Amino acid sequence: MVAAIFRELGDSVQEALRALGRYALFAARVAGETPRSLLRFRLVVEQVYNAGALSLVIIMLSGLFVGMVLGLQGFDLLQRFGSEESLGTAAALGLLKELGPVITALLFAGRAGTALASELGLMRATDQIAAMEMMAVDPVRRVVMPRFLGGVIAMPLLAAIFSMIGLYGAQLVGVKLMGVDQGQFWSQMRAAVEFEDVMEGALKSFAFGAACSLVAVYEGYHSVPTAEGVGRATTRTVVISSVSVLLLDYILTAVML
Amino acid sequence: MRQTRAIELGTGLFVLLGFAALFFLVTQITNREFGLGEGGYRLTATFEQVGGLKPGAPVSMSGVTIGRVESIAYDFSEYRARVELRIEPQYDKIPDDSDASVLTAGLLGGQYVGVGPGSSETFFKDGDRIQFTQSAIVLENLISKFLFSKAAEQQPADGAAQGSKP
Repeated sequence: MVAAIFRELGDSVQEALRALGRYALFAARVAGETPRSLLRFRLVVEQVYNAGALSLVIIMLSGLFVGMVLGLQGFDLLQRFGSEESLGTAAALGLLKELGPVITALLFAGRAGTALASELGLMRATDQIAAMEMMAVDPVRRVVMPRFLGGVIAMPLLAAIFSMIGLYGAQLVGVKLMGVDQGQFWSQMRAAVEFEDVMEGALKSFAFGAACSLVAVYEGYHSVPTAEGVGRATTRTVVISSVSVLLLDYILTAVML
Repeated sequence: MRQTRAIELGTGLFVLLGFAALFFLVTQITNREFGLGEGGYRLTATFEQVGGLKPGAPVSMSGVTIGRVESIAYDFSEYRARVELRIEPQYDKIPDDSDASVLTAGLLGGQYVGVGPGSSETFFKDGDRIQFTQSAIVLENLISKFLFSKAAEQQPADGAAQGSKP
């Protein structure tokens, strides 16, 4: 009885470790293929369009509202200390370093990650991937790599757009609605925000883009080839991407701060 | 064919917008200026205390930014902080007995170097040193000074009050 429980426990630990190992091996494979795949530019461009240009509307809309909320909350908080002119600084740093990369990554996982995973899952379910292998075409090179690279390229650009629109939203609420002085808003921001802050955000969004894309292509490529399996792969993509983005965010912040 | 052209156009627009956003964030939000680091001339000044002054902070005369702080280092020959200032070339008529002080913009704002014009007929040139400097005010010192003077005021007053009691 006790032995059975221990065996069960051991099995699940082993399974978790194996899953981690599979992810690491797949990541190593993808990283190894990257330089060669970048040369097949046309395929990558198509995926930048799918992952980036098609996510643009949702990213811009979310950015605007996040920025506007930041304007309201920031104003309310800073007013208590009598320093509402610092709203620009607070909004800019918050957007650049945290909200921009993280919310963009979460939206990216929901919008582009699921599309990737279900597309690859359906390819697997309808034997398209097997057919490629039959024709001696490497499906990782032909199908997986462009999608991964498209996501990696698109994500930092999306995060930058998110931050810019968010800042506009914060300015809209802070200056137009709450009456913070426009000059103070921008000049305080400009004095306090460093070039390194922008780079920190860019680096974060790049890391998140790589993580989200890797999870999406892995889950899609390795999905069980049934309707249920594709659905499960999509769900897992969102869950694993979101958790790993938040985990990575803590680690990266702790390292770079 | 039509399809691919639309995709290429969309991707191009997206990438352009993304880089425009990145460019906006770097140039409009941060105080870094590109391509202007080489022009102008350099002055040095030593301070007892620079407080929170950082490289990139503005150098201003009557509130007009005339340059930037280029570097801050500790000078062991004088045991003072040595600040290098880069002044933009059009501001070449600063009298050479002008003074420099480390000031704070607003109550919580960043620190900058303020230059007050002197009355000399000759002007600073590249590599000169500003002789007259005033250090940053350290808030703790100011508060402790205030408290001590308050306490010193209080003591005789208390003594007088006690003395008049009986």
